Amino acid sequence: MTAALQLTGLSKTFPVGRKLFGGASGRVKAVHPITLTVEQGETLGIVGESGCGKSTLARMLVGLLTPTEGRIEIEGAALDTADPAEFGKRIQYVFQDPISSLNPRKTVRQIMEAPLKLLHGMDRAERGRRIAEIFDSVNLREEFLDRYPHEFSGGQAQRIGIARALAAQARILILDEPVSALDVSVQAQVLNLLADLKREFDLTYLFISHDLAVVEAVSDRIAVLYFGSVVEIGPAEQIFSAPRHPYTRLLADSAPVVGRPLTEPEAKGTELPDPLNPPPGCAFAARCPRATEVCRDNVPPLEPDAGAGAAACFHPLAE
Amino acid sequence: MMAFLRLLARNRLALVGGVMLSLVVLLALVTPLLPLAPPNVTATGDRFLPPFSEGALLGTDHLGRDLLSRLLWGTRLSLAVGFAAAIVAATLGAAIGIIAGFYGGRTDNVIMRGVDMLMAFPYILLALAIVAALGPGLFNALIAVAAVNVPFFARNIRGITVGIAHKEFVDAARLSGMSNARIILTEILPNVIPVIVIAMSTTIGWMILETAGLSFLGLGSQPPVADLGSMLGEARSALITNPHTSVVPGVMILIIVMSINLLGDGIRDALDPRLKSGALSRPMAATRVDRQGAVPAATGAGLLEVRGLETQFHVKDRVYRAVGGVDLAVKPGECLGIIGESGSGKSVTALSVMGLVASPPGIVTGGAAYYDGDDLIGAPYARLRAMRGRNVAYIFQDPQATLHPLYRVGDQLIEAMQVHQPVSNSAARAKALALLRDVRIPNAEQRLSDYPHEMSGGMRQRVGIAMALANDPEVIIADEPTTALDVTVQAQVLSLLDDLRRSRGLAIVFITHDFGVVAQLCDRVAVMYAGRIVEEGTTREILEMPRHPYTARLMACVPELGQGKRKLASIPGLPPVVDRLPPGCAFADRCPKAQPVCREGDIPLDGEGMRRVRCLFPETGLREVAE
Repeated sequence: MTAALQLTGLSKTFPVGRKLFGGASGRVKAVHPITLTVEQGETLGIVGESGCGKSTLARMLVGLLTPTEGRIEIEGAALDTADPAEFGKRIQYVFQDPISSLNPRKTVRQIMEAPLKLLHGMDRAERGRRIAEIFDSVNLREEFLDRYPHEFSGGQAQRIGIARALAAQARILILDEPVSALDVSVQAQVLNLLADLKREFDLTYLFISHDLAVVEAVSDRIAVLYFGSVVEIGPAEQIFSAPRHPYTRLLADSAPVVGRPLTEPEAKGTELPDPLNPPPGCAFAARCPRATEVCRDNVPPLEPDAGAGAAACFHPLAE
Repeated sequence: MMAFLRLLARNRLALVGGVMLSLVVLLALVTPLLPLAPPNVTATGDRFLPPFSEGALLGTDHLGRDLLSRLLWGTRLSLAVGFAAAIVAATLGAAIGIIAGFYGGRTDNVIMRGVDMLMAFPYILLALAIVAALGPGLFNALIAVAAVNVPFFARNIRGITVGIAHKEFVDAARLSGMSNARIILTEILPNVIPVIVIAMSTTIGWMILETAGLSFLGLGSQPPVADLGSMLGEARSALITNPHTSVVPGVMILIIVMSINLLGDGIRDALDPRLKSGALSRPMAATRVDRQGAVPAATGAGLLEVRGLETQFHVKDRVYRAVGGVDLAVKPGECLGIIGESGSGKSVTALSVMGLVASPPGIVTGGAAYYDGDDLIGAPYARLRAMRGRNVAYIFQDPQATLHPLYRVGDQLIEAMQVHQPVSNSAARAKALALLRDVRIPNAEQRLSDYPHEMSGGMRQRVGIAMALANDPEVIIADEPTTALDVTVQAQVLSLLDDLRRSRGLAIVFITHDFGVVAQLCDRVAVMYAGRIVEEGTTREILEMPRHPYTARLMACVPELGQGKRKLASIPGLPPVVDRLPPGCAFADRCPKAQPVCREGDIPLDGEGMRRVRCLFPETGLREVAE
């Protein structure tokens, strides 16, 4: 079986600071080369804190950003065009802020029709039928179609965003913090809907979030991003209970859990390294209690461990 | 559209301008139908007839032509040229602006530098140069006026477009297969049009003036055809002897430009989203208080005690009961958590205490907030101001928004102290340094001279906490202080707050939507739903055995770390809108245990001591929820 999504050495470097005449004065590596496989029907969770490159990665995957290096293969076929429409048929995106991802001056019907018309060239009757089908599967009433986005609550707007992604008939969805703007009680509704849709349409998800508990609840595997690199990847049920990378453990220890006393998990500064002047070795070394000389000078490779996971650490934590 | 017209009509001056302009435009339109003397036929025998002469209502000019006729025909021409120039300038300018803003990068640079060069010339010089090149004539004057105004539109629209082009819905449109041209036409343009209209409505009068100016100089309309500018120009030599020849076109120009400007300002106010949201209607310094009924007395239950607080928002004819009777108390050294979803009234409750709810539209309509026995609701502004930050300090969710971006954080800390205490600069500086160290900011000395944007989110929130501590307040109200922070930073900020309340005996009111945070920090918890407390008790009691069905179900919705992949519980439906609260329990529509009696009358917050629940059929154990 071919993988749904295969990334090989995908990286992104942004030029920063402009000199008077052309040319950038510096470069920031937002995403270090990432090699990753997402299997058909899998949900891969991606967690990381702000500035770790998870949104840059997601935008590259749907063609909104051109990768600096590396390649993206979807269901075995390479996608090297920088044309979002070409990506759009195979991979779609659900945005974090449901309201701002809908054009305030278009009706929901106009928003829903665009992918059907432009990506699949459906005629009017066919579009109407398809929209009705999709709305049914995301539990939205058809009477919503002639309203404008501002008339909806966050949860409803997010369903419209999901419906739009489904309309493109892509089999892979990038979910970029799809519930972090929603209230807890609504968040669960949307997450459960996503799980149902996945089963119904045989979808593959890339679920990006900063909320460890949410990611754990929906994912099969989880990749932890730090400073633009995958530092650990592993099965969802193990990665936070038995972390191998010290950063994963720090994340797991920091998440507020009912019944665990309040402790400061880390005494040192939590600043990320300066992206303009990245450290030569492991980016986490300055915060890491286990760091040694070798960590400060060399970048640890992502090496598979005994189980199903892999960690980029010279001194991984024991089980 | 109707709402826009209503908004516009409410502005009296704009209405006057609109009526005046409509009259002028109407007159100009019907001019060919009116029984007027021919405007261009000279009759030198009748030169300089004064106004109200027979056969010439407004008199005649130096060639004996009827001024009324010339005025109306001239107005017609001036309006037509002015509007045409405005439309040409707006269309070209908007097209340039949208393209520059949408494509960005080099395209933007090249286009905008060109526009800058155009702007670098004084407009009249530029217009003169254009007319000189093309030759005099009204059409060329139109081109000149339009060209001179293109940069104004281009710059305005470009700015707006840059903002819109980075919105998520544009990315979504790309992924829906839209080409750039289609995105510009269907996604960007509809969002830019209000700005184009605003810019046009405020500049059209100016363009009519510029056209008149060129005609006045003899570069616009050519004799014998009249427009307002050329009429003025021809009357110039008789300004002293026969002033009416100048006054007639002059008054018309005044009327047109005045009415367009008044109407334009009105349109701008009605269309501009920033003005619509009330950003310019300055809120009062303290929330309005209009208490009905008796004020509940203090019971001495805590240092800060809120009794029966009711806060409403009056928007148009709707009344939103954001807070509908809340009782809270917090003792020194204690941390009270208020938990609820968005719209539950938790933030409004906290802001009402110190009169920080924006008025209009907010009004405190009942209850009291006692600080050490004194009621703060309705206290004079001077007293509130002396207490804000001094006795009761706030920490807000977004430290980026609460710190002033143009001042160094050290100066902001020092200012916060000097507002309340007569401390010298050096003493305040030393205290600021100590505060930054207290909130564990590394290199505090250097950080004092940082600007907020030079700090990370976690660091900024620490500065926010340091500022709250600056005057050694007794109560801190923290409104979702860690929601915008990463988990590792959140853990640090929480443990910092916990240390501070233990070491300084602070009373903390901690507002959040996160049960994990509540569990770790708070001693007691109040759960809010639709503006009221539905359950309160110690943190342990609530978390181990929630009694209100809402609390129980909300807790079940929260995924907890360490349980693997699973289906999550959810609450069907949405919270009620607080301007149409149902009678009885607000949660009844979403509650599986609701009975008809739940919807009938007010349900009291009942219980023993501090453990109370607002429910007729409270849960008896967690099992029940799980099943």
